[in-house]
Amino acid sequence: MTRPTPDSAVDPPATRPGPAAVTRKRSPARAAGFRTPSWVGWLFVAPALIVYAVFVLRPIALTVQYSLYRWDGIGPSTWAGLGNYARVFTDPDLFASILNAIKLIVFFSVIPVVLGLAIASTIRRIAASRLALVARTVLFLPQVIPLVAAGIAWSWLLSSTGLVNQLLTYAGLGGVARAWLGDFSTALPAVGVIGAWVLLGLCTILLLSGMSKIDPALYEAARMDGAGPLREFVSITVPSLRQEIGVCVTVTVIAALASFDIVYVSTQGGPGNATMVPGLEIYYLAFSERQVGMASALAVVLMVLVLVVALPIQWLTKDRSS
Amino acid sequence: MSRRTRWNGAALAVVMGGTLAAGCGAPGGDAPQPEATGASLAAAPTCGTAPVTLNAYVETGFPLPKELSTEFSKQHPNVKWNIREDQFAVITQNAPRVLADDPPDLMRLPQVSELVKNNLLKNLDGYAKAFGWDSWPASQLEQMRMVPGGKTRGEGSLYAMGLNFSMTGVFYNTKLAAKIGMSSPPATLAELDDALAKAKSAGITPIAQFNGGATGGLAFPLQDLMAAYGPAKPINDWIYQKPGATIDTPSNLQATQHLEKWIKAGYFWKDVNAVDYATMMSRFIKGEGLFMFNGDWESGNLDKQMPGEVGFFLMPPAQQGGKQAAMSAPLTYGISSKAKNADCAAFFLNWVATDPKAREIGVKVGGSHPMGPADAPMPEVAKDTVTASTLEAGAKIAEDNGSMDFIANATGAIYAKSWTPQLQKLVAGQQTPAELLKSVQSDYTSQVGGS
Repeated sequence: MTRPTPDSAVDPPATRPGPAAVTRKRSPARAAGFRTPSWVGWLFVAPALIVYAVFVLRPIALTVQYSLYRWDGIGPSTWAGLGNYARVFTDPDLFASILNAIKLIVFFSVIPVVLGLAIASTIRRIAASRLALVARTVLFLPQVIPLVAAGIAWSWLLSSTGLVNQLLTYAGLGGVARAWLGDFSTALPAVGVIGAWVLLGLCTILLLSGMSKIDPALYEAARMDGAGPLREFVSITVPSLRQEIGVCVTVTVIAALASFDIVYVSTQGGPGNATMVPGLEIYYLAFSERQVGMASALAVVLMVLVLVVALPIQWLTKDRSS
Repeated sequence: MSRRTRWNGAALAVVMGGTLAAGCGAPGGDAPQPEATGASLAAAPTCGTAPVTLNAYVETGFPLPKELSTEFSKQHPNVKWNIREDQFAVITQNAPRVLADDPPDLMRLPQVSELVKNNLLKNLDGYAKAFGWDSWPASQLEQMRMVPGGKTRGEGSLYAMGLNFSMTGVFYNTKLAAKIGMSSPPATLAELDDALAKAKSAGITPIAQFNGGATGGLAFPLQDLMAAYGPAKPINDWIYQKPGATIDTPSNLQATQHLEKWIKAGYFWKDVNAVDYATMMSRFIKGEGLFMFNGDWESGNLDKQMPGEVGFFLMPPAQQGGKQAAMSAPLTYGISSKAKNADCAAFFLNWVATDPKAREIGVKVGGSHPMGPADAPMPEVAKDTVTASTLEAGAKIAEDNGSMDFIANATGAIYAKSWTPQLQKLVAGQQTPAELLKSVQSDYTSQVGGS
């Protein structure tokens, strides 16, 4: 092959900083005695830090504070201590919403990552062909479409007269046809399928760019040792993609736990709370039930849950070789 | 180096601490102070002659408020309008904050109780006396009355006014009705059941209704059935949060069982749990259902989309000649307690109910019955339209004193969190009528006692 594949062109090894670039050199100014006052550094950080503090840290602190009160958002509030947190875990509806979010991980994380790996290695094999470009574009498209539009389009596809049921009927499976988003047993999986569709492209592209970094010599060596495509995949591709897989899993698990838009547009939590997730529940609690304290408590629980799930994934997939 | 680290740490603490400190102290309490009663007025207020700009916050998608404001400015040229529009759901969510932070003179409102509790609405008792609203049929204003600072709605001071009041009942497709030999609206519940069964066996979906997402539309037929089996007053008491009121009564159980019978007989679409309001309307207009439980806000629309092919009747009583009831609600508008032009806004509300031209706009554009005295002149409406039959139904409800608020309005959360999921479960066969009522009642008790 004479010309580089599109993928390897994206990230040629030469541009990556080697260990030498990291070693610090004394700056000439400092050596000459112009010592920069320490607060100048803060001056540079200040704009970002202030924005971060005002728009991220302050809301988090306020949420924690509100979660300890009973408050309707306007009138006077009363101290509730940890009462709101107790209700998050004892109210069956609120707790069920957390369980639904955990079930969504299967669709939002497992399917996109596993399928993404398979698709990425397939596309890699045909990397030079035009088909690969088309496949990547088609798969990444859901990331470009606003989620609300995607949700609306999918709710048409999945409606009782939608394309999915029409295809099923043509295939002689008319008996299976139903209003997928309005049926208690299929609503949550149907929402999950929408999420999987959205996130599959992201995972595929991430994994594909990771694959382009793998030294082709490794594959060559494996082939000489008589390894088949499956063996190559298990022994070389997957271990080399440890960090990329880590990023995919983290991003998609957070998307599952903190899901809101897809559910809001397609089912609004129905039927009968079958697709209620914490993000949506927080919104309902704060803006229709006006229980700002409860909503805040659930938000804090959700944040802790995301951290509890995401941090171990980060630790497990950390690149230990460096 | 260690000194610098300390300095850095201190700076970080100041920045973080400063932003966080803003959050200290219990939240809330910035609501206006209570106004004991509506100030009594020497004479009925007017908009005067000096230029005034009224700030209004109205519901988008409904032309009525705009048409009224245009006509008002024509008659009172010193009044100009600054109108902001949003969807009703957005208005519902924003109402308290908007009334507290950016008080409009006139605002479309959801149910008033939470707003009154926080003193966000002007007490209109003074205006009611000055303009003589007290002498109108009491049921028109009942839903907008509340004891100041109290919990019970339906009595006490007046906190809002209607631009008109809407009426619910049953629309029917006259073409499909002819197919099953139904020449006149059913007069009893048994006759309605009979028509439903005939439609079903003729291959027509008997009832077009929505029950998807967060809005359980089966609450419409359910409340109509409740009113057919029992009196309207206990249902209103429950909605108004009168002490000791319950929805879990024997007659309401009969009503819920009746609804379950309809579900099991397949009278609704199979995918009713996935049908939203807009889908229901488009399917009904396409002729995919005989009956539809809905309100007269659609009369004008249906007269336009299927002229001469739609009829309307009030839910028939269980016994021949029994009293009839219907959900009926004013198109609620309130004045912020901090409004700058409250007098002019009140004058406008009175003008809407009493000016002949305004009443005509109310009927022609709004499709609903105007507010105002019982003997006020009614605008002419063509005889064979749905609008004519809904207006007629309004008169019958007034006669039977059968006006009810909607069971979805009992508390802020009862519709989305109780009625909707419970009715969706009833459709799926995952809930029994007895348990449904028990569950809604227990949610209600915790919400009423809880906040």
